[in-house]
Amino acid sequence: MAATPSRAAILSQRGICMAEIMSLREAVSAFITDGATVAMEGFTHLIPFAAGHEVIRQRRRDLTLIRMTPDVIYDQLIGAGCARRLIFSWGGNPGVGSLHRLRDAVERGWPQPLALQEHSHAGLASAYVAGAEHLPFAVLRGYAGSDLPKYNPDIRFIRCPFTDEELAAVRAVQPDVTVIHAQKADRKGNVLLWGILGVQKEAALAARHTIVTVEEIVDDLGAWPNAALLPAWIVSAVCEVPGGAHPSYAQGYYERNNRFYQAWDAIARDRETFQAWLQRHVLETADFAEFSRVLRETQAAADGEGTEAL
Amino acid sequence: MTTPEQSQGYTASEMMTITAARLLKNGMSCFVGIGLPSLAANLARLTHAPDLALIYESGPIGAKPRTLPLSIGDGELAETADTIVATPEIFRYWLQGGHIDVGFLGAAQIDRFGNINTTVIGAYDQPKVRLPGAGGAPEIAGSARQVFLMLRQSARAFVPTLDFITSVGYLDGGDARQRLGLTGAGPVAIITDLCVLEPEPPSHEFVVASIHPGVTREQIVVATGWPIRFAAAVRATEPPTEAELRTLRDLQRRTQAAHGEAHGGGEG
Repeated sequence: MAATPSRAAILSQRGICMAEIMSLREAVSAFITDGATVAMEGFTHLIPFAAGHEVIRQRRRDLTLIRMTPDVIYDQLIGAGCARRLIFSWGGNPGVGSLHRLRDAVERGWPQPLALQEHSHAGLASAYVAGAEHLPFAVLRGYAGSDLPKYNPDIRFIRCPFTDEELAAVRAVQPDVTVIHAQKADRKGNVLLWGILGVQKEAALAARHTIVTVEEIVDDLGAWPNAALLPAWIVSAVCEVPGGAHPSYAQGYYERNNRFYQAWDAIARDRETFQAWLQRHVLETADFAEFSRVLRETQAAADGEGTEAL
Repeated sequence: MTTPEQSQGYTASEMMTITAARLLKNGMSCFVGIGLPSLAANLARLTHAPDLALIYESGPIGAKPRTLPLSIGDGELAETADTIVATPEIFRYWLQGGHIDVGFLGAAQIDRFGNINTTVIGAYDQPKVRLPGAGGAPEIAGSARQVFLMLRQSARAFVPTLDFITSVGYLDGGDARQRLGLTGAGPVAIITDLCVLEPEPPSHEFVVASIHPGVTREQIVVATGWPIRFAAAVRATEPPTEAELRTLRDLQRRTQAAHGEAHGGGEG
């Protein structure tokens, strides 16, 4: 009989090591490769915008992107040509309307065609749970009567072995890399997150690697342990990026920049306007701090002109 | 297009919201979609139903927002909630677990059996219009004890055949829903800016049950894409009270001041 492997051995076999504190540029470069399956999660709250921008800056291609609610950050990644496939359950600009870059890719194949795999929230949340559990699928009472299973082969129906009830099964999602943003990490890389929790813990546990950007790295998290989200040994990289969820919000740090979400509609509607925005704010900036500075400048200029163009 | 009923001192949208709010009873648990449902549910909470438990799919349970959220996961919802749970938990433990009395949904398109399309106009693989998709609606429509739908009435939205069924009402009518084995009863009311529609047994086709003040049958017929039928005894919707209107307008004023713009609809 082989000895039971240690936690460290198991983790290293799964390609997981203790959290390393590094720059976001290093983390994206080390863990996100062309063609990878990447989940960036955060349900309206704590959306990892800084990390998304870094993926665009490093010009990653052919990514399969997973996210329950692809909002403006995925609109930017799709418009920048980083994605060839999207697994999602609701794709819109929250409170505003359409994601024009997503629609342009789906409706007209620009800048390249985007394959969709589409779930309901309950279905995709459950698929993350199965991923975290290392089960091949999750079972739920869902999708009955919906046309979604006709177009998504990863939704099937099975019979309960005990009651014979027909139930939906969804294939597990297991990203190569999950990226989340949180409020705090300590110096070992233990991660604390509060407010709207979303599906971050499940997405992190389902992934081979997890990158966490945080508002600040502190000596002591100063919270009950049940408030902390991820122990350091399941996190690959922790990157300190203050404001890294902007224009979404970080509870206790800053509010959602609703004005940006509203302005995005006009920026993203037109290919040239979008490309000019992306060039100036993301591709020509070195990092998120410089992005924030440029955004403040364009916002101030827009205020001067009385326009909404950011 | 409906016009504000200026002479009546309130708009068709206000009548719709107030009518929808009245259907929510104090003490119920309500899974709330963003946009119009969120507006009506919060109006109910601020008027006759202070103990209405509002549940948003982003995780807040018992949210009591002072202003309406712009997105389904605004900080305001988190700060005012009784508790916040993770997304898998809200769907698997709370909704599927049978703790939701009313699922309150909006829709881009519906048909005469209360089925909902929020996915595509046109063919799925080559859509004319790509809509945001399902969000939480398929399982809310399936598992909430009952469902209210709320949307503005027009022939574009009330269509004879849906291009895509995202979330199910009574499917093709009769006992089709029952045969799917869904635990919830399905949609019991569609509240519009013109009227309230209710499913008529045994076909479960939606028929006009109550007409808002000042609205004609002709207007309803024109604003419906299928040959709409009227219940044998159509009721007259009670006009808004002063208190309902005042509370609704205060809420919208507070929301406008907080967000700077008119309140939109969307998840996130």
